[in-house]
Amino acid sequence: MFFFTIRRLFASVLVLVASSFLVFALCAASFDPLQKFRQRQPPPTAEYLDGIREQLGLNDPFLVRYWRWFTGVLHGDFGETLGGTPVADQLGGRLLITGRMIVLAIIIAVLLAMVVGVVGAVRQYKPSDYAFTFLAYLLIALPTFWFAAILKEFVAGGVNDLFGQQVLYTIGEETPGLSLYASGWELWSDRIGHLVLPTISLALLSFASWSRFQRSAMLDVLGSDYMRLARAKGLTYRRVVMKHGLRNALIPLTTVVALGIGTLFGGAVITEQVFVWHGMGEYLLQNGIGQNDINVVLGWLLVSAVFVVLFNLVADILYAVLDPRIRLA
Amino acid sequence: MTITNNPDAGAPLLAVEDLNVRFPTEDGLVHAVRGVDYSLRSGEVLGIVGESGSGKSVTSLAVMGLLPGSARVTGSVKYRGQELLGLSDRAMSRVRGKGVSMIFQDPMTSLDPVYRVGFQIEETLRTHDKSLSSKAAEARAADLLAMVGIPNAAERVRSYPHEFSGGMRQRVVIAIAMANQPDVIIADEPTTALDVTVQAQILEVLQTALGETGAAMVLITHDLGVVAGIADRVLVMYAGRPVEVGGVEDIYYEPRMPYTLGLLGSLPRLDASTKQRLIPIKGSPPSVVNMPPGCPFAPRCPLHVAECDAVEPALVQVGSGHHAACIRIDEVAAAHGSAAKVFDAGSDDAVLGAEAPADLAAAAGTTDSGAPGDPVGERTDVGAGPATGSLLDPTTTPDGDRR
Amino acid sequence: MTTTQAATEAAAANTPGNGVEREFTVKARSQRQQIVRRFLRNKVGMTGLVVFLLLLAFGFLGPLVYGTDYASQDSSAQSVPPGVDGYPLGSDAIGRDLLAGLMQGVQRSLFIVLLFIVIALPLGLLVGALAGYYGKWVDSVLMRVVDLILTVPLLVVLIVVATNFPGSRTPLGVGIILGLFGWLDLARIVRSQFLSLREKEYVEAAHAMGASDKRIIFKHLIPNALGSLIVWTTLAAATAIILEASLTYLGFGVNGANQTSLGRLVSDGVQATTTRPWLFYFPGITLLVIVLSINLIGDGIRDAFDPSNRRVRA
Repeated sequence: MFFFTIRRLFASVLVLVASSFLVFALCAASFDPLQKFRQRQPPPTAEYLDGIREQLGLNDPFLVRYWRWFTGVLHGDFGETLGGTPVADQLGGRLLITGRMIVLAIIIAVLLAMVVGVVGAVRQYKPSDYAFTFLAYLLIALPTFWFAAILKEFVAGGVNDLFGQQVLYTIGEETPGLSLYASGWELWSDRIGHLVLPTISLALLSFASWSRFQRSAMLDVLGSDYMRLARAKGLTYRRVVMKHGLRNALIPLTTVVALGIGTLFGGAVITEQVFVWHGMGEYLLQNGIGQNDINVVLGWLLVSAVFVVLFNLVADILYAVLDPRIRLA
Repeated sequence: MTITNNPDAGAPLLAVEDLNVRFPTEDGLVHAVRGVDYSLRSGEVLGIVGESGSGKSVTSLAVMGLLPGSARVTGSVKYRGQELLGLSDRAMSRVRGKGVSMIFQDPMTSLDPVYRVGFQIEETLRTHDKSLSSKAAEARAADLLAMVGIPNAAERVRSYPHEFSGGMRQRVVIAIAMANQPDVIIADEPTTALDVTVQAQILEVLQTALGETGAAMVLITHDLGVVAGIADRVLVMYAGRPVEVGGVEDIYYEPRMPYTLGLLGSLPRLDASTKQRLIPIKGSPPSVVNMPPGCPFAPRCPLHVAECDAVEPALVQVGSGHHAACIRIDEVAAAHGSAAKVFDAGSDDAVLGAEAPADLAAAAGTTDSGAPGDPVGERTDVGAGPATGSLLDPTTTPDGDRR
Repeated sequence: MTTTQAATEAAAANTPGNGVEREFTVKARSQRQQIVRRFLRNKVGMTGLVVFLLLLAFGFLGPLVYGTDYASQDSSAQSVPPGVDGYPLGSDAIGRDLLAGLMQGVQRSLFIVLLFIVIALPLGLLVGALAGYYGKWVDSVLMRVVDLILTVPLLVVLIVVATNFPGSRTPLGVGIILGLFGWLDLARIVRSQFLSLREKEYVEAAHAMGASDKRIIFKHLIPNALGSLIVWTTLAAATAIILEASLTYLGFGVNGANQTSLGRLVSDGVQATTTRPWLFYFPGITLLVIVLSINLIGDGIRDAFDPSNRRVRA
């Protein structure tokens, strides 16, 4: 098990390095670091631009530029934005903001998917199965932002009216400026109030497709020979489902969740747009792509790659813990 | 609900009466088991023999209550005088694994891959004896593994199923089945999925299990060779119904139903003095969805007459403890177990033609499961092999009829 | 499966009794027929198919029946609620008829899906087939590349690529971009299918008979992977429609002036949830119904190819 982990860790690092290269290539091809200079009035002369290019080291070969950037990143230096501020400062903070939404959404989605999928499989073709299936299909067919708009419209309004005060917020990730003077419960309850709706929007879409998958995985398991043998041993149906069924059916879910992290990240970008959060989504769209700022986009992509690779690593290890057959691989 | 302890040694342990099983499918209602009766006494071994689709496995699953919910089971299954059909899952679970236990066909998928082997044995021990401590359960699991012939049992208890070969896994399954000293062990094609050499070993392990537990056994198989060495009585099934029941000697030497005779004829025999052709039964088993009236074996029977198509023959007594479902038992009796006298040796066989090809001589070598070292002949899989599972002439075997 | 028929005839000819009709009262069917039959019986799949066809008719035949052109703007009839002034579903901020808009939107979105499938299917099939069939280092390399591309969220890749081509804010552009990057999970699926199919005996037999790799791939492996392919197509189509809507919402999809798609209509309507609800609900529901119907079809097909969930254990 130990060596398995080490091997996986090593592989992950390699993937990250390769990913950084890919990301750099993608951005270098897409963005022009001289953008801000070109837009100045009056337009700068060609010599001036060439001078800047030399200064920024843009005339060096691609690999050298990559290496320069990469070594910088390893030291925590993600370069500067067009405005001259370090990218690393913004990235860290915003990652925490978006991160809490993503992690919470994953937890909720996984738990819900497990319950709904298993119950649907065990009660196959009964009313509750049909209800869950219908709900899942409905959720899968909706774009996140449209669904989020409905949540904003009805759920937020409804709950707030119920409590007579603003419990759920629809704009931002916290009341502006609150973190400057509040802390502890006051700060966090405010943040939670802002978290609820976006997290639900993000979670429900993933939950829907994961629950379908879990149901089908559970059905496969329920029909397997070892379930039948377990019953023949004298365990009641309920115990067989709990001890043998669940344990086996949860294994494929780890793979599916690991594969879905990329989609979730994309979904987070959209959700942040809908709820006007000042997180990674805004940073990418407004500051990065909106301003054609290559360093911002580079930093963003690398951080998301780290997130994804780390997540996959955890999923791989979890899989090996759950399924003894994998440990030799 | 207590299991009545029947002190009467003469009364059967397991009594199955008029068992019928119907499945709703997209092609209609499939009547898979159409009236099976048998009884099992303490220490007895009953062999249930039949082709794929004869309903033999479904019968046993019905006894254990392990059929899917959509199956409709009628009739009576009494274990020690207690009716099992219709019992709640809770009540039935107390019988399963303790009173009646089961061994399944495919050892590669019978064990849960995520739990250690020892745990899976301990599970059945502790389910039926809540007071058993984990230490005691572990010790007993190791003992059981040793009993079924797994080397280094004490260490292997902590292994996972994927670390065992097929034969070893089947031994583990047998260990689980005998763990609680059951009264009845049902073995559903325990050797079908295994290599020929391993088959013999597993049969030995089964004998050990019977010896250790004193249990009675129902052995289901399509392989007459397997049944011969171990069974006391044999029940031959065809199209969901028993067509001949009797002691093993009667069945093998004096069958009274043409189907049984045909089965025997397609078995390669070591004791044949001259080189004989194997005698196949032409055609295939009927589909149990829409069965025409009359004897289901009629289309393939060399002794067929018009009366056969009128009404399905009932089991009639042809000897002491020997019954057969046929109206022409006298003709079969005249053959005295020699299939060649009744079945055509295939002179109009499209493939073989009139002369016996040279390689048929090699076919005299046999897949007798008691002799693992023998060379296997070229056509020995007709009749007694595990791979085809069919006792039919290979030229007319339909696709998909392999299980 | 047709050998069963031949076997019946042969057996019947040799059978001593006259048992020809008695033996087989269940008709032997070819595998393809069985699958089609199962799909036609599948209520869920058929519902999806019917609804989808209705929507197709709505999108493509509708404009012929309903004369109003979406492009015509009427500044005097801005933001009109449904049922007023001859606008059955209302109008938008510049007076365009929503019903006509929905029809066009359906057309364009289906066009995008078609383009996406036409590009992504062969790409994914090719990469997956090569990886799955040749295995070993070819497989490793190809799959590592796929994994690598997947470390970046698909939506973000699409956004970055779209930024490079400002002229791609049209259905054509979006369809192409989706196609170029949407084949990755198909490659994985095809690869794993081929890896397991490769071990089957008929592949060995074909090899032994001297069949070329190309022949084996095209004549044996692909037809047997057809089930997964068809299912993927339906699910990918549904995903494509939603992806397009998301891209458009963020401004990188069908955002060109005078361009339209279902996603565009839905995105535009999101601002108007309370003020002009018809602009929000009608496009949203149309999108929902289209995606739902495609998903149902996909489910029906999956069940038709592999009804193992209903299989009775004999």
